[in-house]
Amino acid sequence: MQLSSRDFSNAHRVLKIRGLKVGLTGRPNAAAVLNGIDLDIRAGETHCLVGESGSGKSVTSLAVMGLLPKGALEVQGGAIDVEGFEITTATHSQMRELRARRIAMIFQEPMTALNPVLRVGEQIEEVLNMHTDLSQAEAKKRTLDIMEQVHLPDVERIYKSYPHQLSGGQRQRIMIAMALVLDPHLLIADEPTTALDVTTQLQILKLIAEMQERKGTALLFITHDMGVVAEIADTVSVMQNGRIVEKAPIRELLTDPKEDYTKKLLTAVPNLAPRPARAPASAKEVLEVQDLEMVYGGGGFLKRSGGVTAAQDVSFAIAPGRTLGIVGESGSGKSTVARCIIRLIDPTGGRVNVAGTDISTLSRRQLQPHRKHLQIVFQDPYRSLNPRWTVARSLCEGPINFGTSKAEAMEHAAELMELVDLPRDALKRYPHQFSGGQRQRIAIARAVAMKPDLLIADEAVSALDVSVQAQVLDLLDDVQERFGIAMLFITHDLRVAAQICDEVLVMQKGRVVEHGPAGDVLQNPHDPYTRNLIEAAPGRQWDFANFRALGTSPLNEGAPA
Amino acid sequence: MFSYILKRILATIPVMAIVAVFVFLLLRLTPGDPAAILAGDAATPAQLERIRDRLGLNDPLHIQFFTWIGQMLHGDLGTSLISSTPVAGMIGDRIGPTISIAIMTIIISVLLAVPMGVIAAWRHRTWVDFLVMSFSVLGFSVPVFVIGYILIQIFAIELRWVPVQGYAPLSDGIGPFMTRAILPSLTLATIYVALIARMTRASMLEVLGEDYVRTARAKGVRENVVLFRHALRNAAVPILTIIGTGFALLISGVVVTESVFNIPGIGRLTVDAILARDYPVIQAMILFTAGIYVFVNLIVDVSYSFFDPRIRY
Repeated sequence: MQLSSRDFSNAHRVLKIRGLKVGLTGRPNAAAVLNGIDLDIRAGETHCLVGESGSGKSVTSLAVMGLLPKGALEVQGGAIDVEGFEITTATHSQMRELRARRIAMIFQEPMTALNPVLRVGEQIEEVLNMHTDLSQAEAKKRTLDIMEQVHLPDVERIYKSYPHQLSGGQRQRIMIAMALVLDPHLLIADEPTTALDVTTQLQILKLIAEMQERKGTALLFITHDMGVVAEIADTVSVMQNGRIVEKAPIRELLTDPKEDYTKKLLTAVPNLAPRPARAPASAKEVLEVQDLEMVYGGGGFLKRSGGVTAAQDVSFAIAPGRTLGIVGESGSGKSTVARCIIRLIDPTGGRVNVAGTDISTLSRRQLQPHRKHLQIVFQDPYRSLNPRWTVARSLCEGPINFGTSKAEAMEHAAELMELVDLPRDALKRYPHQFSGGQRQRIAIARAVAMKPDLLIADEAVSALDVSVQAQVLDLLDDVQERFGIAMLFITHDLRVAAQICDEVLVMQKGRVVEHGPAGDVLQNPHDPYTRNLIEAAPGRQWDFANFRALGTSPLNEGAPA
Repeated sequence: MFSYILKRILATIPVMAIVAVFVFLLLRLTPGDPAAILAGDAATPAQLERIRDRLGLNDPLHIQFFTWIGQMLHGDLGTSLISSTPVAGMIGDRIGPTISIAIMTIIISVLLAVPMGVIAAWRHRTWVDFLVMSFSVLGFSVPVFVIGYILIQIFAIELRWVPVQGYAPLSDGIGPFMTRAILPSLTLATIYVALIARMTRASMLEVLGEDYVRTARAKGVRENVVLFRHALRNAAVPILTIIGTGFALLISGVVVTESVFNIPGIGRLTVDAILARDYPVIQAMILFTAGIYVFVNLIVDVSYSFFDPRIRY
């Protein structure tokens, strides 16, 4: 693994933060959000800021931009110096001048970060109109030029497009073009690839590195993904609870972390090496899917249209106690398959056999008794639990619908709380009183309360921090072992798939391209698409948990990989 | 885009057809013999028969309906029972003042309310926001005629800047028109300013929290450009809906203002027709008002796609 070992001690310092304190507006005595941040970045250097959600990474970046949410957060001490200019005392108009010229920023979600009602060309050009005296023709020329530099195809057409007409990767290229059009000396990227597929992520990371190389920009890169850090960082700062707990060059941080928290973060990164497959609890399969097909649209009232094929010829089976993972990028059809199986949508073809019955064509009423065999855990625990219901009510609703008495359901709910490691009195509380990881535990308890034969987890750990992710994966494992449930695990994250799946099925554009034991598929892929996916996984050659490159023995640790 | 507009226009046909059936049945299903109602108390049987024959009331119901629709489509809205003049002409004479005042009211409302709402949202939870919201509550709660009389007292009687009442068409010159139209428009505008300002504020508050607003600020865009170019266009759809509905309500619901300011508009025409049971006029007014609603909704729907490129069906 090629870790960066560039030296920047002679480059000039672009950003210097000293003792930065940020707190709640008007409440200097409340707990600080940022508590004494020190940070330096030199020209050409990539400095990664890592930490879990709520650690203060984004607040740090917004403070540098002078964009702390008005009326909520304020700088309460310290200094932010950008090439000799003090940000914390700058006026509004000084700050405006500084933005885009000296400091620019790229955000996480390129769909929402671009204005949906303005053409993307205009949005880039606006930067030039605000900060330069270029004529309209010159501004357009410069806009098209930067769009070519970020390798957008057919720039004349894209110039006139609206954000919703572009792909996620193209939108992020537009954001990068917009940020770099005036050659700022400092670029802040706040999780710029988190919302993208791995293959797109790889392209965007390469593009950022290329642009940085060409322009000598100092880069502050915020991420929670240690894989990305290993790929791009020169220097890393680890944040926890509004403080930087450790700061080191990348190689030192990955091979010889000093702080416990850093070690914890690194060991929580799931390994890409798959787990050994487990034996099925019984030979009889719980779920058998045959030639499943889902075509959206089609038909049409006046003229026949083709429709969109979201899934085609999908066949697989799962035995009790085993986990099948479906992996693929967005739009590959993996969630469609899950939704067809649980009949949230009605498949247009094929069969779904659950415990011997084909449920794919049953009416809603006929389906009712089969529902309890199939349960699902969704991606976003903030939205999948009814915010106005207590946890107890969410947990008991299903069993009561199937004839369990209220007292019995409550008793079972209390047992489940223990199983998912939450206190019994959690039953009386509401979802907003829990953290994301706790909520996902509740969602799992809710699914398990139905005593299902098959549990579907649709990106169930994707919204969680790595350390929480590891705990939830352990919980799923535990639940599976205890009740012998079969599990269908939908994910875009190969590391997660490697941790939990016995079997993996890779989907692309609605079709299965590869299917086999996890060990075979992930370590010895046959399909070019699978190989691409695996090669795009950031930091895949690094064994984070053991602080060394993959495939090296502990003896030659520290030697260039 | 063109096919979208065409589809929207075609979609108005069933709506208007349903309204037409309803209006047609309104007269036919009124208790008693329509001919007797039309002819009045002193009619002889022979006169009644003549009226029935003239109205085609002896024909089967569906024949009557198609005859009536045919007349309507040719612009023949019937004849007033009171003045014996064609209803189409009566509406034509009265529509000018109503439309002029409605348009002026909407222009005043939008010019005042949209900036008010934007600034209230921008200065959320400050005294500016509080002031705008207080005005909004006031605008809703004071009855229209009270505001009308207060404005007359101040501007017409005390200051003598404008005449107390009356109406002059635009063809008489911009001066006479404006001096007479300004007070009724202002009176009507109070409630719409309140409504539109409230909607603008709510819609803007939502949009100002969006990521692209933060992006615009990160680009070093000036605050007024952030507000009006980036945020307001995204907040436009609910505001346009309110403006459209407001305009349609203005056409049909200006009775009180027209009475206070003695303006010969269609609001008063409708009230007079209802009081005199002038059925052809009432029928025509219902059809006409429905037509205005459908038309304004069409304009609003089409304008959505102008403000938001994602709405292109």
